[in-house]
Amino acid sequence: MRRDGGGRIDRSRELRFRFDGQEYTGHPGDTLASALLANGVRRVATSVRLGRPRGIFAAGGEEPNAVVQIEEPFPEPMLPATTVELYDGLVASSLAGQGRLAAGPDPARYDAVHAHCDVLVVGAGPAGLAAARAAAATGARVILADDQPEPGGSLLGSRDEVDGVPGADWAAATAADLEGRPEVRVLRRTTVFGYYDDNYLVAVERRTNHLGAAAPAHMARERIWRIRARRVVLATGAHERPIAFAGNDLPGVMLAGAARTYATRYGVLPGRRAVVFAANDGAHAAALDLADAGVDVAAVVDPRPAPGGPWAARLRERGVELLAGHVVTAARGDGQVSSVETSSGASIDADLLLVSGGWNPVVHLYSQSGGTLRYDETIGTLVPDGSGQAVEAAGAARGVFALPGCLADGTGAGARAASASRPARPVDVPRAEETAEDAPLAYWLVPAADYTEHFVDLQRDVTVADVHRATGAGLRSVEHVKRYTTAGTAHDQGKTSGLLTSAVVAEALGVPVAELGTTTFRAPYQPVSFAALAGRDRGALHDPVRVTALHEWHVANGALFENVGQWKRPWYYPRPGEDMEAAVLRECAAAREGVAAMDASTLGKIDVIGPDAGEFLDRLYTNLMSSLKVGSVRYGVMCRPDGMVFDDGTVIRVADDHFLVTTTTGNAAAVLDWMEEWLQTEWPWLRVHLTSVTEQWATVALVGPGSREVLAGLAPGLAVGVDDFPFMTWREAEVAGVPARVCRISFSGELAFEINVTSWDGLRLWTAIMDTGLVTPYGTETMHVLRAEKGYPIVGQDTDGTVTPHDLGMSWVVSKKKPDFVGKRSFSRADTMRADRKQLVGLLPEDPEVLLPEGTHLVATGTLPEPPVPMLGHVTSSYRSAALGRTFALALVRGGQGRHGERLYAPVGDTLVPVTVTSHVLYDPEGARRDG
Amino acid sequence: MLLIPCPWCGPREEAEFHYGGQAHVAYPEDPAALSDEEWARYLFFRDNPKGVFAERWSHSAGCRRWFNALRDTATNQIHGVYRVGEPRPVAS
Repeated sequence: MRRDGGGRIDRSRELRFRFDGQEYTGHPGDTLASALLANGVRRVATSVRLGRPRGIFAAGGEEPNAVVQIEEPFPEPMLPATTVELYDGLVASSLAGQGRLAAGPDPARYDAVHAHCDVLVVGAGPAGLAAARAAAATGARVILADDQPEPGGSLLGSRDEVDGVPGADWAAATAADLEGRPEVRVLRRTTVFGYYDDNYLVAVERRTNHLGAAAPAHMARERIWRIRARRVVLATGAHERPIAFAGNDLPGVMLAGAARTYATRYGVLPGRRAVVFAANDGAHAAALDLADAGVDVAAVVDPRPAPGGPWAARLRERGVELLAGHVVTAARGDGQVSSVETSSGASIDADLLLVSGGWNPVVHLYSQSGGTLRYDETIGTLVPDGSGQAVEAAGAARGVFALPGCLADGTGAGARAASASRPARPVDVPRAEETAEDAPLAYWLVPAADYTEHFVDLQRDVTVADVHRATGAGLRSVEHVKRYTTAGTAHDQGKTSGLLTSAVVAEALGVPVAELGTTTFRAPYQPVSFAALAGRDRGALHDPVRVTALHEWHVANGALFENVGQWKRPWYYPRPGEDMEAAVLRECAAAREGVAAMDASTLGKIDVIGPDAGEFLDRLYTNLMSSLKVGSVRYGVMCRPDGMVFDDGTVIRVADDHFLVTTTTGNAAAVLDWMEEWLQTEWPWLRVHLTSVTEQWATVALVGPGSREVLAGLAPGLAVGVDDFPFMTWREAEVAGVPARVCRISFSGELAFEINVTSWDGLRLWTAIMDTGLVTPYGTETMHVLRAEKGYPIVGQDTDGTVTPHDLGMSWVVSKKKPDFVGKRSFSRADTMRADRKQLVGLLPEDPEVLLPEGTHLVATGTLPEPPVPMLGHVTSSYRSAALGRTFALALVRGGQGRHGERLYAPVGDTLVPVTVTSHVLYDPEGARRDG
Repeated sequence: MLLIPCPWCGPREEAEFHYGGQAHVAYPEDPAALSDEEWARYLFFRDNPKGVFAERWSHSAGCRRWFNALRDTATNQIHGVYRVGEPRPVAS
């Protein structure tokens, strides 16, 4: 219920919201969690595995229970209610461990910022503010990032004073001073969630989430900060941890510090009558604050035999019963806490049970930095113990929990961090009252006969009994127990449960916690939406789109496009009423019987220039390139040193010291990288330069028996006869009034010319070709069919990195004369000489109408034997052929070159399709058509 | 993300680089003279130490030069970089 006064909420304004269908109101400054508590809502979730009622357990991002689904204004799953700032019109619902993604696209914008700084301070609590203040005093560039809407951290939820003013006021004044400095940036609502190598940290800033539907559309909803910091100060505070006892998951069981925060920061009493169960003086202070706020504190149960510090005395002064040397044995109640049982035999009526097993420094980022952690026996928790990176933890994040210590620790850390960049400038340490405290006791588990209701991980519903089952099964590593029980694997990543799990495991195994260690902390510290990580890089901006010089013609003429890498390539050009199959059959027929043209501009093109260019290519290609004459073209294959095909393409010799190499479309960058690597790292003495010229040229393949005639019409100055312009030569000529390099090469087996012009002239050339009215445009699908009919493999489709040129039936492309080239030695390895290697073959389905899906496996028998079924290979390409009047396929088949004529079977769905193995060259095996 | 000191361009983000594995594995002088086992060692075997490792990097989205780096594989600390052909420095 809401207190009459107090807290950092604005009672003058009311915000309406809905939770599980009920209308409620809250105030600016509330979180969804505090507003629900103010409205008396105890049950906010159902546990994922056991279906038990769950309430709000914490007050920050470590919340393991109150995970909700935001429904409006935009659906968002799995947000801790403790981190959702309340806004007008918020609609949310409770969850049972699983959320729902939005069905529609997210209309919000997301963005990213790159930043550098001398000192990054994570956390704007007392230690963080002190650190930022000390660092900023030197003039260093400082970024202070904090996940809350206002700075102050723990000061917002306590009644401590700093420098003689209320802590929250000191925090606000300090932050205002920092913000006024030109070299300082204060990021609110910003969670640093990842700490990577070389002090690279990533944060998410929530800019408009808290405005709900009122968020301005022009503003990024969230943005990712990618920060490179010279030094880092982690002032990330600490999380209170629970204690395992029976019924410790009932709504009404809450962390003691969280209850104090609700009372002091949000002006909310999370219950009327409370029992406190804690083994540290901090919880005694919390109990006093709650008593002052109006909670009836029935008892403080403290397992320490004789807590005698000033806090215990103050409790006694107020008449609060202190059950020293006792524990809470069970929380009882129907759906929420109604009574608390203690080891003293008492049963105390209460609707609130506040627990504190101690405090765990938030060491997540420190651990992510590569830092090691050490178990500190005195405070019973893991503390930072050294990192290879330039980072320091300060305050509660390294186990210094008292306020004066935090302020001093932060000041020192901030000054040290800045000293790497700026001359030192001493600053005063902010003052706070020192209160003596008794030593805390690390208390984890209340002994019982039955541990099935002692919960360690509330989000995953893991109990002490589950952990004992794991250790009973022989698991000895806390990492294994985590995987076996799923403890610590939920959205909260075990922020409250991780060390408790370790302690329970340690106790079960009879080893010290220090020896057992804990699980590894990994990014992200808090869940981050993919939308934020993607930022602007989505939709059209996700990946660059590359188009050729002829693209607008293809679009205007109805081409459908295929993505090849980043390229948009015309796939086929359907005429009205045509489906893909009809269009491709028509385009194929045009290429084989008439004349057709394709935009081949996307082929990779690399200029290889220099006196040693020929020798360089001889070392990389399997065949000889240095003997190529100026004016000639040669097909070549490149292999990796292991002998497997890497790429193929044509090489033309432009001049004595100039070759132009073409690559497959998808491999252009990889081939250039490959060439550079060998040139720079193995043969640096070769005088060769490599330049990508893919985009400088537009390339048109003019194909078919009629292509010579069409070219003659367009290039009257070019002698196109078979004797003047033989196969595998190239000529410079003017084509359609444009200077061109024309190559007589063919990827279809037909008479064909490849016309290259500068990209600027590409559209002019193409338009002139189309304007003859004789030429059918064709796309990549037809190209694939035509080449497959001829058995020309596509690297990356018919090969997969385990295929040699010999496997492709291309022994002829492998030089026997050259003493060496990349891959040669591997051809005499035993494995590459095996006769039963997978080799490229053709396949003819017995039924000429049956089209085999690419990737189909091949087996030897017409009925499947008991698994495992021996696989002989798989289909790599499969098409319907106009020229053959039937379907056909290419396949890699074990010992395939010796299986021509054999029948194999292709399992397609539930049937075994009989196929006949043939040569991979199915059309014009004599090569009679290439000269027209 | 590593901050890699390219010997030509200075410190740049790891995303600009391409990794090239162990350095100083030269292509054999005369592969034909090697036994299958020796050739297989060149092809398939690389060191995988925990500690300082001499490895190749290419500043592929920058100057496009290959160079070598001494990186501690356990800490990711780069102890030094050197150009192709330069001798491996002594790790500090």
